[in-house]
Amino acid sequence: MNGTAARDTFPKLLLRHAAERGGQPAFREKDYGIWQSWTWTQTADEVRALACGLAAMGLRRGEKIAVIGDNRPRLYWTMVAAQAIGAIPVPVYQDSVADEMAFVLDHAEIRFAMAEDQEQVDKLLEVKERCPKLEQIVYSDRRGLRHYSQEFLHGFEAVQQLGREYDDARPGFYDEAVASGKGSDTSIFLYTSGTTGQPKGVVLSFDNVLKTAENSIVFDKLSDKEELLAYLPMAWVGDHIFSYGQSYAAGFCVSCPESSATVMHDLRELGPTYFFAPPRIFENILTTVMIRMEDAGRIKRWLFHSFMEVAKRCGIRILNGEPVSGWDRFLYNLGELLVYGPLKNTLGFSRIRLAYTAGEAIGPDIFDFYRSLGINLKQLYGSTEASVFITMQPDGEIEADTVGPPAPGVEIKLAESGEVLFRSPGVFVEYYKNPEATAETKTDDGWVHTGDAGFFADNGHLKIIDRAKDVGKLADGSLFAPKYIENKLKFFPNIKEAVAFGDRRAHVAAFLNIDLEAMGSWAERNGVAYGSYQELAALPQVYDIIKGHVEQVNRDLAHDPQLAASQIKRFLILHKELDADDGELTRTRKVRRRIIAERYGPLIDGLYSDATQVHIEIEVTFEDGRKGKLAGDLKIVEAATSTAEAAALKKAS
Amino acid sequence: MSTLQKRIGDTLLKVEGVSLSFGGVKALSDVSLEIREHEILAIIGPNGAGKSSMLNVINGFYHPQEGTITYKGKARHQMRPHEAAKRGIARTFQNIALFKGMSTLDNIMTGRILKMRRNLLWQALYWGPAQREEIEHRAFVENIIDFLEIQSIRKTPVGRLPYGLQKRVELGRALAMEPELLLLDEPMAGMNVEEKEDMCRFVLDVNDEFGTTIALIEHDMGVVMDISDRVVVLDYGRKLADGPPDAVRSNQDVIDAYLGVSH
Repeated sequence: MNGTAARDTFPKLLLRHAAERGGQPAFREKDYGIWQSWTWTQTADEVRALACGLAAMGLRRGEKIAVIGDNRPRLYWTMVAAQAIGAIPVPVYQDSVADEMAFVLDHAEIRFAMAEDQEQVDKLLEVKERCPKLEQIVYSDRRGLRHYSQEFLHGFEAVQQLGREYDDARPGFYDEAVASGKGSDTSIFLYTSGTTGQPKGVVLSFDNVLKTAENSIVFDKLSDKEELLAYLPMAWVGDHIFSYGQSYAAGFCVSCPESSATVMHDLRELGPTYFFAPPRIFENILTTVMIRMEDAGRIKRWLFHSFMEVAKRCGIRILNGEPVSGWDRFLYNLGELLVYGPLKNTLGFSRIRLAYTAGEAIGPDIFDFYRSLGINLKQLYGSTEASVFITMQPDGEIEADTVGPPAPGVEIKLAESGEVLFRSPGVFVEYYKNPEATAETKTDDGWVHTGDAGFFADNGHLKIIDRAKDVGKLADGSLFAPKYIENKLKFFPNIKEAVAFGDRRAHVAAFLNIDLEAMGSWAERNGVAYGSYQELAALPQVYDIIKGHVEQVNRDLAHDPQLAASQIKRFLILHKELDADDGELTRTRKVRRRIIAERYGPLIDGLYSDATQVHIEIEVTFEDGRKGKLAGDLKIVEAATSTAEAAALKKAS
Repeated sequence: MSTLQKRIGDTLLKVEGVSLSFGGVKALSDVSLEIREHEILAIIGPNGAGKSSMLNVINGFYHPQEGTITYKGKARHQMRPHEAAKRGIARTFQNIALFKGMSTLDNIMTGRILKMRRNLLWQALYWGPAQREEIEHRAFVENIIDFLEIQSIRKTPVGRLPYGLQKRVELGRALAMEPELLLLDEPMAGMNVEEKEDMCRFVLDVNDEFGTTIALIEHDMGVVMDISDRVVVLDYGRKLADGPPDAVRSNQDVIDAYLGVSH
């Protein structure tokens, strides 16, 4: 075996780790209140028995096995065991309902399924009729299954036992099977959740996953000493790269939480060095910290706020290795001792060397909070079709509103429409059994359409602004990216929802919703009386505060030559909250522009006229399903816009 | 799943001709019933029918003026609650009776006290046999925590938990006693639909996994009809009906007792 060949598939890497670092932990799982661990040698043995067992049951090269459940070592082992005998693992979202599961099982022509527990087995049994190819089901946790008598149901231990016997009878089988795998073989199918239409099965080869993982390991200097908590769905490409690809490529240990409800607790016990979370989770953690600080005693609260001021002033500069005054450095070190250190310890971030977030825009305040504490939180931009990495931020070049330069080995180009295209070693092979979609997304020379619009900032970092299909143009031809503007507005806690208009218009205007909780608490603190949401939203003081936020957004937009024209000239605060019951938002709280444009036509006309007040009457649906009318006179306010020079001046001061 | 094969066995506990009164109030009059091994028996009835009194008689908290109770073939007139506990009868209460300031783990550990062999001094030293014993008990309790899926509240003081979870912790403590007969006093009272479903599943799982015999009092008819093997109906301290859920459901006396009837 020469050097590279022995590293080109996961089963080969497993054997290699067992030989090189056999005594080191490969997996941990918290069970019965204790972290149980498996070394690389033990893992290799478990996987070998499982792989032989699956082979004995009839799983053949090229066939597919579904893997369904929470993050568990046994499910990760199933993936590598299947790959060892040339089968293809297909992780399925554990919370998908039976129908969604049936689609994937049927589409991927699944013959075998590995289910975590009774819940997943029940779903499989429910859809088995509809998926004629599904033959064998193996379960890991036998609880509640003792009376299930179907002969196609097998316990995990029984399969391994079968495998050991098979292995004894055919000593050369496993090693030959592993050796015959090669980098260009299909390693996995990952089904994209797909907001519209049916999910698509993204086919990735070993080369795709491993080369991308190796590149990112070099980029971030990951070693076999990292500690990682695997808690995001196994069917999601992120988990597949972080908890599987990178773990096997670098040889570090992956830990699985006790249950999804104990993640935060397990995180604290484990103290990972490497961590990924979507922005929402970072936001929730921050909110919890803030709420608990407000409940703390006066001295603690004072300490926290004073030192957070210090961190805000110099924490990020220290993390970026920029010079700060000796006094600030002294204060920051003191803060580390008194506040930041204990806080990070409570959150389980004491040992974090590297943290990533991605998926959607993260609020600059949230991002800066973590960085100022000395947590190296960075952003990346990726997709399933890229085996995750398209761009990633290098240490020392980190900003809240860009996603960094192209990741190692990735080329990026921008289409005429502003759409981002990329080409990399991680580019997927195809969508399984869907050549039309493959052809639509991937060009013949390997470029992949992301569907996202973006541009490069001056420093060569990519900025993602919106879905390409939502990006429009102002009347003067400049770029108009509504979601980008709306996100910037929504980063202010006082603004709950925002809808920006501007496509084929002379300038940008916006509807805003105040956040009742945040503005209500402001009113309470300042002794401002109000009787209803409508009344609060119409208060002149509220308009002033919101106007300040809008003008701040305008100053930010002025920095970017491409977006400077998108500054918000006029806005109004809606007298009701946008609501999914009225069809104004989707259930996942995405703005439905068409319906809003229909319902609030007069307001939009008002925004694009000289009017300072408009009357509106709309139908609303109450929580009990009754309908009623809600009328109001809404003020329209002009916001000051900035020029690039003024913005630059402001930033410098 | 209909593949469930119940192994309902002989009579575990037999109540014969029990009457209980508090001064002039007759709580139970001449009630007989039996609880069989491995079954789930529901005791139902309108408010004040004597359901809780029945449970209190079974675990020795109340001493009936008349009648006998035979548990595991041994008749007894009077049995104190701790003797009942020692002989394998555990219970939960209508209004939760946990140590509010203690964690879930510690509360469930208290259920192991009767099983602990080392005395206080040994335990205080936490050395040798005492340590081994504690670890064994802790492992048993961890099994229960895993079984009831309450890992996330292991270290939380129970006073801070929502009602539904407190009920689950109480069930955990009862299970820690490794009971043969488990008495549940309104295990689903005050719960929302989801909590009720969870609780039903746990009751069924306990019965299935550990073979524990369960007698429960419940108001929610849907729950009772779904999970019990047999139902006993009490009204004004008397037994109205006794039989499988379907038979009881169509029993005219029961319908009258629940819906009221003009006299």
